[in-house]
Amino acid sequence: MFINPLKLTANNLFAKKMMPLINPPNQIFISLLYLLLISTTHPAYAKAKLNINIAYLSQEQKNPPQLSNLDPFVKDKGLKGAELGIADDNTTGEFTGQQFNLVKFIVPIEGNIVDTFNKDIANKFQYVIVNLNAEQLNTIADLPVAKNILLFDVATLDDALRNEQCRSNVLHLLPSRAMRADALAQYMLKKRWNKWFLVIGNSPEDRLYADALKRSAKRFGMKIVTEKIWEHTYDARKTTQSDIAVFTQVDDYDVLVVADEHSEFGEYLDYRTWLARPIIGTQGLIASAWHKTHEQWGAIQMQNRFKDKAGRWMEEQDYGAYLATRALGEAATRSLSSELNPIKAYLLSPAFALNGYTGAPLSFRSWDGQLRMPVLLAAPRSLVAVAPIEGFLHPKTELDTLGYDQAESHCQWTPQ
Amino acid sequence: MIKKTCLSIAIGLLCLGNVMAESVFVTLENDNALAIVDPIAGQLIKTIPIGQRPRGIAISPDYKFLYIATSDDNTIKIIDASTFKELGHLPSGKDPETFALNPAGNRIYVSNEDDSLVTVIDVPNKKAIKQIKVGVEPEGITVSPDNRWLVSASETTNMVHWIDTKTNTIIENTLVDPRPRAVSFTADSQQLWVSSEMAGSVMVLDANNQQLIKTIKFEISGITTDKIQPVGVVIDKERHRAYVALGPANRVAVINAQTFEVEKILLVGQRVWNLAFSPDQKRLYTTNGTSNDMSIIDLDSQTVTKSIGVGTYPWGVAVKP
Repeated sequence: MFINPLKLTANNLFAKKMMPLINPPNQIFISLLYLLLISTTHPAYAKAKLNINIAYLSQEQKNPPQLSNLDPFVKDKGLKGAELGIADDNTTGEFTGQQFNLVKFIVPIEGNIVDTFNKDIANKFQYVIVNLNAEQLNTIADLPVAKNILLFDVATLDDALRNEQCRSNVLHLLPSRAMRADALAQYMLKKRWNKWFLVIGNSPEDRLYADALKRSAKRFGMKIVTEKIWEHTYDARKTTQSDIAVFTQVDDYDVLVVADEHSEFGEYLDYRTWLARPIIGTQGLIASAWHKTHEQWGAIQMQNRFKDKAGRWMEEQDYGAYLATRALGEAATRSLSSELNPIKAYLLSPAFALNGYTGAPLSFRSWDGQLRMPVLLAAPRSLVAVAPIEGFLHPKTELDTLGYDQAESHCQWTPQ
Repeated sequence: MIKKTCLSIAIGLLCLGNVMAESVFVTLENDNALAIVDPIAGQLIKTIPIGQRPRGIAISPDYKFLYIATSDDNTIKIIDASTFKELGHLPSGKDPETFALNPAGNRIYVSNEDDSLVTVIDVPNKKAIKQIKVGVEPEGITVSPDNRWLVSASETTNMVHWIDTKTNTIIENTLVDPRPRAVSFTADSQQLWVSSEMAGSVMVLDANNQQLIKTIKFEISGITTDKIQPVGVVIDKERHRAYVALGPANRVAVINAQTFEVEKILLVGQRVWNLAFSPDQKRLYTTNGTSNDMSIIDLDSQTVTKSIGVGTYPWGVAVKP
């Protein structure tokens, strides 16, 4: 049951109307009585603002090796999204008497995130936006002091973190690899690109992405006709032009599916394969929570507001952090609380519906803390499709055709 | 009858300009054009270029002027509703999408989505006279028929702001379900109906105390709740029935406006968006965003009688008797 908290002014108007009927000394008395009444019956709307403090935890990154100078390395991915989300929350807060405060903790490259968490965050914050890798996230989540803290993961894609290694104090704001792979597979099935040539880089993340792709292929009845690892064995006789042509001389296939998360070779594939085939996966047509080509469902406003604020395009981590702060804001507004338990309960309840500018209400999967969300399929300069692709049906929500559905989940949350 | 005679004696063009019973105007967001439809004949009469990315549309109370927000021109154009000549434009602020005309026809209130503002325009003088700070991404906007309230809905702040039309200041804010889209008063100005796209609901608020009277939810067999995203909402003058466009559910809900029960669900076209009554309230017109058509619903029989292809991304709709 939703109780409208914003009725004070209306009550005041009523009181003002009644005042002329009452003699002056009594007016003062009644005013005092009235103030007393509202301060007790509307605790959330007493003069003092309700503060909701949120920490943002990240670590500086080394500049990665890059194939191209076209895309500058962005150092503050995530943070800018959180800042915009807090600003939006506070606009609502102005009207509801809630104040959202974001404090950032960017640990230096050689610094220790556990020390920072123990010293500066634990016992001071109940909500932490975590922009760290999977291993770091689990380390933080398992700290005894993190037990009564809700962590908003805005960086990892790992399916293990949503399954065997799931933690009940973590919510995941970006689509997992399985969700991305399912989105790609749905599109490939629609296009009848049933025979895949799977090319995998040699980082551990590439293997995880490839695992997700294999799971999707099985799930949607697609065939991986050839699978090859890109070895990075350059020598003076090889050029990209010849190397990729030779590498891709395999049995016929419909589409080359690439798993190269760090973009070490994937961008070279297009136009250089032996057969003329589309490239899809981590390069070519990619699966992402957010993309600069996305404009529908009010996304253009989001893109404009973000660019005005940050001076650059919104990256996925920014989007994740934006959604984290907005989810928190929405839960705080609706539950009229700043406390962990009511807020977490609201976030995981069926009533929770968040706008993500992607055409469907976002909510959290109660079985693994993953945000239920559409996945964009984007070419570098055009948005090609939005998954779930039309026709992929589900008894509850089409969004659950992406990733691990309840029955498939290996997550067993230990109740707190 | 007169019109039919005119057509039969082949001087139709002359007659159409003067005698045409009713015209429906639909803005075509992607075609930069305005479609003019004869709803009685069920035909698209013509399509005329109107400006960049036309969306919001309203007709003056005397039916002489059309106001059309051409978003990418950053203006609201004033168009002669008979000759379709451009008569001038209004300082709408950046990227106007939705706006509301007051009952007297001398004020236009524009939602400036990117700037979280409502711009108040003095129509006769073509001047912006005030900007009112509202929540993030204001969208739905309306004026009560008694001219007491201007209501603006902020999509991201999830609120409707009640603005006094005399002072142009916010008097009250009501928190509503996520991503409010359209706001619409009943003819007696007693109720405000608010559609919420993300919660898939319509909230009915009491205009006297801004309190919630009822939240209406929709269930459609074979359609998951995610797809039910209410947008346009209109209520008939007698408050017998309300009609709600359900967006990607491709349907219009018919609601008993006394009991708030959903009586019927009508299949129209893809991503149904905005709604308008015929002046006699015998028909309802819908713009169907992604199937590029409009639907005509006969309200006596409550059936969809016709779909008319109008152009790409039909957005707003206005009707001239």
